Amino acid sequence: MSEQKKYMTLNMGPQHPATHGVLKVILELEGEVIHRAIPVIGHLHRGVEKLGESKTYIQNIVYTDRLDYTSAMINNLAYCLAVEKLMNIEVPERAKVIRVIMSELSRIAAHLIWLATHALDIGAMTLYFYCFREREKILDMWEMVSGQRLTPSYIRIGGLLADLPEGFMDKLKEFVDTFDAHVDEYDKLLSKNPIWLARTKDIGIISAEDAISWGLTGPALRGSGVKFDYRKAQPYCGYEEYEFDVPVGSKGDNYDRYLVRMEELRQSNRILKQAIKRLPEGPIKAHVPEIVFPDKDLVLKNIEALIHQFKIGCGGFTVPKGEVYASVENAKGELGFYIVSDGSSMPYRFRIKSSCFVNLSALPEIVKGSMIADVVAVIGSIDIVLGEIDR
Amino acid sequence: MERLELINILKNCEFKIDAYEGIDCVTVLVPKESLFSFLKLLKEDERLKFNMIADITAVDYPEQKPRFELVYHIFSIANNIRIRVKSRVEEGDSVESVTSLWKGAEWLEREVFDMFGINFKNHPDLRRILMTEDFKYYPLRKDFPLQGIEES
Repeated sequence: MSEQKKYMTLNMGPQHPATHGVLKVILELEGEVIHRAIPVIGHLHRGVEKLGESKTYIQNIVYTDRLDYTSAMINNLAYCLAVEKLMNIEVPERAKVIRVIMSELSRIAAHLIWLATHALDIGAMTLYFYCFREREKILDMWEMVSGQRLTPSYIRIGGLLADLPEGFMDKLKEFVDTFDAHVDEYDKLLSKNPIWLARTKDIGIISAEDAISWGLTGPALRGSGVKFDYRKAQPYCGYEEYEFDVPVGSKGDNYDRYLVRMEELRQSNRILKQAIKRLPEGPIKAHVPEIVFPDKDLVLKNIEALIHQFKIGCGGFTVPKGEVYASVENAKGELGFYIVSDGSSMPYRFRIKSSCFVNLSALPEIVKGSMIADVVAVIGSIDIVLGEIDR
Repeated sequence: MERLELINILKNCEFKIDAYEGIDCVTVLVPKESLFSFLKLLKEDERLKFNMIADITAVDYPEQKPRFELVYHIFSIANNIRIRVKSRVEEGDSVESVTSLWKGAEWLEREVFDMFGINFKNHPDLRRILMTEDFKYYPLRKDFPLQGIEES
């Protein structure tokens, strides 16, 4: 036998139910132990950044829906915040609170998908149905406000698409009042389940130092014990006025990341409760006529408003020369938009910083030396969405 | 840390740089030659501690020379501040990889290589990442057509 060791190569994916999309991981194995893991991405690459350079600032909103499609509203928000910063637009208070409500609903919706699929990957099927029961309610609410369940594009530059429809607040209150009890349900099903513990405890450990060096953000970073959340560190939409805790783990294993996200579900609900109390009356769009669509009933009655809508819809609006980077804490971590404007109505450069992309890049180091079955658990625990990674 | 404080610290450093306050964060223009040493300073200086790489990307200006602008966004958790470092790079130039400073730079630099064709020296694994291995073009360059290229 030659001195060089022979490893068995195994392709996991691109069509594999546990990779949450089209991700391929090439595994070099020594028996069942992983010697090297090489993620291969790009199967879902649509060239969103390239497309963004040929679409107006308004048209680009719909592309952001399709990044992390489990929590589309936060993506809308991140993009709109970047353009608003560039144009120096301040949105009204009511719009800010509604944005917070939508962000937190998105976070819950995304975490529910994570919990459902992560548990399913490891073999706990029941939870899937529980999680989708609650997620369904959130999608119903999105349908109420925007007519869309998955790709709402509800948050717009300068405010929102429209005000909350009648009956929305009742639905939201009902959801918020019952959700804590549902989280307890999930908790009971999993947190002390011996199979769950065996698959998550001490598996996929990443130290705090490594997590920072890899640039991890979101629950993947907080699971390792780093108390860092953009909502606290660099508040946007008035997050500094809400009371909530940032949960952290201690060891940085799958179980810690699980606990962090479970607590985040509760904290998001806590923010929602405060937002419901806080929601003021008032306009939902900034008063900047050159970028904000006129009200629909005005468009139907008034010729000037109709021309106005036509003009913005077709030609968009110009954005002053400059560059801006704005980021939000989405369900997976930091979602950032870097926009370079050359003064025209389309971005010169439309860069999307994806947290999933960076978080997944640490996978080879996390799974090195662990068992092949753990790869599935670790991918689930990092929580990736390929739509955002491949863009 | 406040932005002005950061600018003051940077202005007194040994490098020839241009630091100013952008709309969103402090922006620094650094010549390509001192880029790596400057980024190293950002990470290792006791006062600065820029320990988390947020993003590496590039912008293509085909009619200018040097053609590309490399853009780094780096965050300091300790000081809760972000910085943008920009450097001009010509087509065919190689830039020192920052993977030795931040491990997370590995994939980000691969993406810049994939999309713009900027080379990074001492990168552990500089391959295409989103496009296929046999793809010959650099899609985010301005001269690459939006419709794509037939034979590719």
